[in-house]
Amino acid sequence: MKRDEDVVLPDGKILRHDNSERIVHWLIAIAFLFLFFSGLALFSPFFFWTSAIFGGGQFMRVLHPFAGVLLVLLFYPYAWKIRKDNQWTPADAKWVEHSVAYMKKKVEFSDTGKYNAGQKLMYWSMVPIIAILFLTGITMWQPWFANAFPAPLRRVTSLLHAVSAFVMFIGIGIHWYAAYWTRGSIRAMVRGTVTKAWARFHHPAWFRQITGGKDR
Amino acid sequence: MALETQDIRARSATTVESAPNARSFRPEVAKLIDLSRCIGCKACQAACMEWNDLREEVGTFQGTYTNPLNLSDQSWTVMKFNETEVDGSLAWFIFKDGCLHCADPGCLKACPAPGAVVRYANGIVDFQQDNCIGCGYCITGCPFDIPRIRKEDGRVYKCTLCSDRVSVGLEPACIKSCPTQALTFGSQDEMKELAAHRLVDLRERGLSKAAIYDPPGVGGTHVFFVLPHGDRSETYGLPRDPSVGPVVTFWRSGVARALGVAAMFGVLVAGVLHYMRYGPLEVPDEADGKSGKEAQP
Repeated sequence: MKRDEDVVLPDGKILRHDNSERIVHWLIAIAFLFLFFSGLALFSPFFFWTSAIFGGGQFMRVLHPFAGVLLVLLFYPYAWKIRKDNQWTPADAKWVEHSVAYMKKKVEFSDTGKYNAGQKLMYWSMVPIIAILFLTGITMWQPWFANAFPAPLRRVTSLLHAVSAFVMFIGIGIHWYAAYWTRGSIRAMVRGTVTKAWARFHHPAWFRQITGGKDR
Repeated sequence: MALETQDIRARSATTVESAPNARSFRPEVAKLIDLSRCIGCKACQAACMEWNDLREEVGTFQGTYTNPLNLSDQSWTVMKFNETEVDGSLAWFIFKDGCLHCADPGCLKACPAPGAVVRYANGIVDFQQDNCIGCGYCITGCPFDIPRIRKEDGRVYKCTLCSDRVSVGLEPACIKSCPTQALTFGSQDEMKELAAHRLVDLRERGLSKAAIYDPPGVGGTHVFFVLPHGDRSETYGLPRDPSVGPVVTFWRSGVARALGVAAMFGVLVAGVLHYMRYGPLEVPDEADGKSGKEAQP
């Protein structure tokens, strides 16, 4: 499970996300924001003004599906790379059980790996949701693919696309907040490194793995 | 097309439903298509192309009189020659395909682009191509499979019921060209009256299943039919009981939009409240004075 990037650097910091992982992560974030704001305009007239960001409704409609394909091309290799660290373990069930107390900062976990159960839930919700958005999106892609699918099917896929987009937004919203709330997380994804104290506190099992079983 | 002489009563993708409606006397219009009188001459199809400056690509013979085979961005009306059997012998259920101009249009409901689909006071449902973004939701929303996207310009087209002609007191081009009065145009009330007369006439002549096709599921239409074989509307190409349907209605409803927006703001508010109550999750050692160093990248 231990990979190259999970190492203690000479300055005493731990490398948590290597360069490629961070670059891909932020590209995914940009693709998501692009898709979110353009999709919002298509979802409700209340937000149609966001189409101005994309040079008007026509061009926004042209760009949105391409951004979706870009997201798929970025996300799945990334998800594949971090799949092992996102396997569900018995410890994760315990985390979920005590998640409310965790949010109230009343409980600490001694056996959290590189990702905690909340992060894994995010991971395992995005894996199918992005696939659903991609597949339903293909059935809506004008003028190239949509008309190959019958209208009654498109009615259902269109609704599913909208519902999935909101599940995704809520997931990402929680992800953003959790990253902001957990001090040091954003730095981990921007600069790539975390302190030993941070790793020991938030991801003790991962920390032990890197340091070869030591707790300090 | 945008016409100042046409009062717009419904507009796609508006946050406020009500449109200006001070001028309330305008009668609603309708086109009556009496298929018992139609001889399939295609004069209407030619007149439509002629008036609207449309030129369908010349195709090849497909074993049917129907040509082109379906509606397109260049063919806003098409004569369909449906071959079927009546009492054991071959029959043509000739049908004039095109927009029905619903009172409750699925295209308008589905459209996300403000003002790309409008319904005028006289009942005509029209596309405003300059507002159209080419998403094709109108095609998805239409129970009759009418709108067609034009690949070359990414806009959607369909029969306008010659809104430009009607606004200056002319009848639609197809009506003008019809040699058998299978097509008639006038106020909706007059056309309904005429349809009722024609129906009585047909039934007297032995077509006991003759019927008027003016589906209530879409609030009635401004193009309606007298069908000689009213029990077989699907053979003509008309769905039996069309409606915009619950999926499209929910997908584009204010309720769904409100739920979506509420969920979004819900996440935002929950985050702010949680942070106000509990503050950031910091590594314990850093909380007592050294946190600034840790929190900064």
